[in-house]
Amino acid sequence: MIPIVKFEGVTKRFGQTVVLDNFDFTVAPGEKVVLIGPSGSGKSTLLRVLMTLERINSGMVMIDGEALWYVRDGADVVPTTEAHLRRMRAHVGMVFQQFNLFPHMTALQNVASGPRYVMGKSKAEAEAIAEGLLRKVGLGDKLGSYPARLSGGQQQRVAIARALALQPKVMLFDEVTSALDPELVGEVLDVMRALSSERDLTMLIVTHQMGVAQALADRVCFFEKGVMVEEGPPEQVIGSPINPRTQSFLRAVKLT
Amino acid sequence: MEFSFPLVWEILPRLLEATIVTLEATAAGFTLALICGGVMVTLMRSRSRIAARLARFVMEFFRATPLLAQLYFLFFVLPGIGIVLSPFATGAIALGLHYGAYAAEAYRAGLESVPKGQWEAATSLNYSRWRTYVSVILPQALPPIVPAIGNIFIGMLKDTAVLSAVTVTELMFVANEIGSETFQYTEPVTAAAIIYLVMSLVATGFIHVIDRRLRRQEVSA
Repeated sequence: MIPIVKFEGVTKRFGQTVVLDNFDFTVAPGEKVVLIGPSGSGKSTLLRVLMTLERINSGMVMIDGEALWYVRDGADVVPTTEAHLRRMRAHVGMVFQQFNLFPHMTALQNVASGPRYVMGKSKAEAEAIAEGLLRKVGLGDKLGSYPARLSGGQQQRVAIARALALQPKVMLFDEVTSALDPELVGEVLDVMRALSSERDLTMLIVTHQMGVAQALADRVCFFEKGVMVEEGPPEQVIGSPINPRTQSFLRAVKLT
Repeated sequence: MEFSFPLVWEILPRLLEATIVTLEATAAGFTLALICGGVMVTLMRSRSRIAARLARFVMEFFRATPLLAQLYFLFFVLPGIGIVLSPFATGAIALGLHYGAYAAEAYRAGLESVPKGQWEAATSLNYSRWRTYVSVILPQALPPIVPAIGNIFIGMLKDTAVLSAVTVTELMFVANEIGSETFQYTEPVTAAAIIYLVMSLVATGFIHVIDRRLRRQEVSA
């Protein structure tokens, strides 16, 4: 079976700081992986590399068996052509901590924009897709609302629908509940839980909330300083971690 | 000092005729400035470092040297290399280049006011670069720069007076001409100033309306 996502010896530096250190990582199609760890541990960078928002310094990233960035001789990574990147991006969707909805578009236009502008659907088709997805995330009555008129939880659900509209194989969730008031976290988690029942959809979730990990994960990975310290099923990594660094991180998280 | 209202009435038709030339020069210069500014800001943001540096230099140059000097340069130097343009065309080009540099700066500020997350969202949705600009960035970058572009318009409206130096028969040129014919400068120059004032106030009002409309959209959004 071809892994849907594969990192091979990937190193990513920001100046002197090593964010991913000769990093190996494999995700099976349909797997739900939750990434936890202190901030700056490289887990968000991992998602951003997959979304082509960051370039890597060395190593190999594969999506569905195809290389995303090529390495040429020496340590320099030469980016592939824009056409190739656009083809690869079609496999991946991303939801951001700050929602990043387009403020000048209604909820419906936000979600319809991808099918319309990227998949080349007609306006009517695109809006039908968008309406279906917005209903699915419980926002069937907010089609004409602009983002500024929606709560954080509603905005984030629109953002999830917007990413899903392009039918990605892999969905990336980058701390999607961190910017939300506590009482709004539940509605977003409900949508993610419903999504996690879709067997073909691969989900990579970066979070600080251990409840998310326990509810959604097939596998939990603990990161520190660009290295994966511990991984396994949630019962093990969160329930009874083996590595002392995982243990101290979890203690700190539970205290806060 | 005597101020003769009958003289004002007498010269008003000539001044208004010249006002049309002033408006034409402003319209032509403004259009050119919007286009030049777009070209400059595109080059400044291009991936080619040489193009970006060069555009940056050109922009600084046009902002740092007087409009009159640029106008004289075009008027006296271009014919020497075989490019002969009418005074009006030369003036419109000078205005377009000079104010284009200011427009470029306004565009740049507008583009930079769009949060990075908007670019990232567009990338994550697999938008092309062109689509990102047209559907995501420009609709957000343009409304905040309306006041700056409005200032460029009003500044240019007044600076068309500089074109009298190369014999464009705009408002100041004609006011001056009347002065030298009648030896009465007070009336034509005062009348011209009032015409400039009225035009500027009307333009300010328009800009205000556009700005308010865009802001209201933003609030309702």
